[in-house]
Order: sequence, then C-alpha cells, then structure tokens
Amino acid sequence: MKPAPFVRHVPRTLDEALKILTDVAGEDGRVLAGGQSLVPIMAFRLAKPAHLVDINEVEGLDKIADDGKTLTIGARVRHAAFHQPVTANPLGALLSYVARHIAHYPIRMRGTFCGSLAHADPSSEWCLTSATLGAVMVAKSVKGTRDIKAAEFFDGIMSTNLKEDELLAEMRLPLLPADAKFGFYEFSRRAGDFAMAASLVTYRLDGGKIVDARVGLGGAEASPRRIPEAEAELNGKAPSDAAFRAAGEAASAAIEPLEDHQTDAAYRRDLVKVVVRRALEHSLT
Amino acid sequence: MTDKTAITLNINGKDYAIEVEPRRTLADAIREDCGQTGTHIGCEHGVCGACTVIVDGAPVRSCLMFAAQADGKTIRTVEGLADGDRLHPMQQAFMDNHGLQCGFCTPGFLMLAVGVLEREPNISDEDLIDVLSSNLCRCTGYQNIIKSVRAAAQEMRK
Repeated sequence: MKPAPFVRHVPRTLDEALKILTDVAGEDGRVLAGGQSLVPIMAFRLAKPAHLVDINEVEGLDKIADDGKTLTIGARVRHAAFHQPVTANPLGALLSYVARHIAHYPIRMRGTFCGSLAHADPSSEWCLTSATLGAVMVAKSVKGTRDIKAAEFFDGIMSTNLKEDELLAEMRLPLLPADAKFGFYEFSRRAGDFAMAASLVTYRLDGGKIVDARVGLGGAEASPRRIPEAEAELNGKAPSDAAFRAAGEAASAAIEPLEDHQTDAAYRRDLVKVVVRRALEHSLT
Repeated sequence: MTDKTAITLNINGKDYAIEVEPRRTLADAIREDCGQTGTHIGCEHGVCGACTVIVDGAPVRSCLMFAAQADGKTIRTVEGLADGDRLHPMQQAFMDNHGLQCGFCTPGFLMLAVGVLEREPNISDEDLIDVLSSNLCRCTGYQNIIKSVRAAAQEMRK
C-alpha cells in the first residue's frame, strides 16, 4: 500500500506548471491537486505515474470569482471552500448544500473542485453539478486555452476530453436566476461513500408552473448528464407528487444504467426513480 | 527526482530535519522518520481516518499527503494535545465517557474532533455526527465517541 516511485515537480507559476506538464506528458505525467482520489489509486498501484506536477504551490489557482454572470472556480479551490455559500446568488446555497455530500470533512479540506472534474468519477457530486448547470471547463496548455462545455467534457467512466498536456485551470458555472429553486438527493450505502445514484434539479416557477427545468443525474450512467425526458415531464406543470413521480419514471426509462457487482441495471433504474423524485421534493423545502 | 530530498517537518512545535523520497507519505514520515508513533496508520488509502493530523489548522488524512507537501507547514499530532500532565479536554472526555476500547482509532478521532471544533466551535450536534462519520472504529461502536466529543465540545466552548 505504498505508491510507486515518482518524480515530484513543484511549479510556482501557471506558466511553469504548463511547461513541465508538456515535458512530462509523454512519460505518464499527472497533475496532483488535492490528491484525495489520485493518492489512493497510487497506493493501490492502479496508477503509477512517473511524474507528478504538484499544483499546490502555484499562485493564483485558488480563485473564486463572481462577476455577476458566472462563478469562476480555480484549479485548487478545495471542497471545503463551499461549506459556506461563496455567492449570494442561489448558486452559492446550491454548492454549499451539495458540498456537504462529498466524502468526509477531512477529505473536503484537501480535495479540489476541478480535481473532481478531471478525475470524472461517475458518482462525483461536482461532475453532476457541472453537467446539470452547463459548466464550461477551461483547459490550458503551452499551446493555449480551450473552453470545453460540460456535455462534451465527460467521456465515460473516469475519462474526460482533457489532453495529456492540459491542465484544468479553472471552470465556470453560470449564476442561477434570482428566483431559481434547486433540489439535490443522493443515495449511498454508507455516509460519505460513493453515490449509487444522485440527482440535482433546478427550475423556476412562472405563474405556479415549472419553467426552465434541469434534471441532472449522476452515478447511474458512465457520465453525469441532463435527462431531457424528465425535464419534459416538469416544464409547464405545477410542482406536484404526480409530476415528480412522472419525472422519476421518465429518467428511469431514459438511462443506460451502470452495472457492478453490487447493483444490477434493474436496481439502478428503480433507484433513479427515487433519487429524481426526492431531489424534486427537496426543491420544495 | 525520485531521490531523497531534505525537508523540515514542524510537528507540535518541534522541527524535524529529514530526508524523504517524494512518495513518502506524511503518515509514514511522522512515524518512521520523526519517531512520533502516536499517529496510527490503518488503511493507507484515506478511508479509515486513523492517521488524521492537523496541518496548518486543517484536519487531514496524513496517508493522502506526501511528506514533502508538508515541508514548512505546521503539523499537530496526538502527542501535542496534552499540556504536560494535563490532558486536552478532548482526551479527558474520551476517558470519562469510555470513548475508546482498544485505542487504535483514538488518535485519529481526537485530531479530527479537535481540528473541526477549533475551526467551528459552535458546530451543531447533528453536524458533529456527520463529521465523526469520517473515521472508523471497530470496537466500541460510535455512541460513546459521539458522547465524548459532545462533552468536549461544551468544555472547549467555555
């Protein structure tokens, strides 16, 4: 249970980090941020990177900025930064609520938002949040900057469209309308464990009817995504148990469920009905 | 390089000048290189919390940090809790409330609870339970640990 040997690089600036990353990309170089997923994988020797580019000392990567339209989150912003709302926009309360479901307190002290996205575990709360809200990932390399939409960023289990020499330098989340409602629910067998399914929903009410519904689903498929079939069951309807159940049923029918040794596809479909409905119920509290 | 580099770990106010490979975890360096064996190592992959220490005021898993990353930072371990013969309120509360049996997980629980309560002295009882779910205990069960930490929290707020 000890990581294999590696060379650790400790850049102080972003430019220096990108240059080193380019140099070591061909030799299985990886970025080390919070290390709360990468280091366990290295301890199991499932990953044996020859080089780690440690971005913990790079200046400027812990930026959280609200410009009135978007919230920008730097590469080294840790989960615990969201324990209290980072903006008065409803997005602040949403992120704060979701953050408390990520692993455990000491993990949240070190693990980073962007690190979770780059790791792309299907059950990641931040991956779900990014997919649901339409985040933009900002990938940087010595060649330049690439903006990647969340819908194109995730590419299956623990896989993204980041290139070997790219650093996920920051990500941007659109602020929510002032009257936006949100709901979140995840199911896992133990507190802090990986979600077997999780759902994040947002919408507004116009004359008592749901508009702009977003229903995101994580942990149930290879990548988190919005489920348009579930959103269609909500838009134009008043919030009700019947509408929420219909959205859950639609999501359940629409997915290609992950299967593993604990849960077969049928179980996950059942679970999805429940987590979508409970996320919607949470939006009313 | 993968070669050893010279770093200084400041543990409980004392500097330890050591040489470590990049892959040396902070947990191993604290125990093997600095001889501070109060910090225990359980799972070595961040699940059990036995190795929890406080680094620059944050309770963290020392098996998921590399020692070189803690160079120059302020580290607190269970050895630094007591003030001479006077136990820290958290240690006293674990004794008074039978918060331990075999004691293997105890240093991790103590540093977790102290670390969180120093950051959030007025944390609710409900949130404390969520915090304590971070670490594993395999013999007492958790009720007496929760009781101990709640008692210590009241003492620490005085």
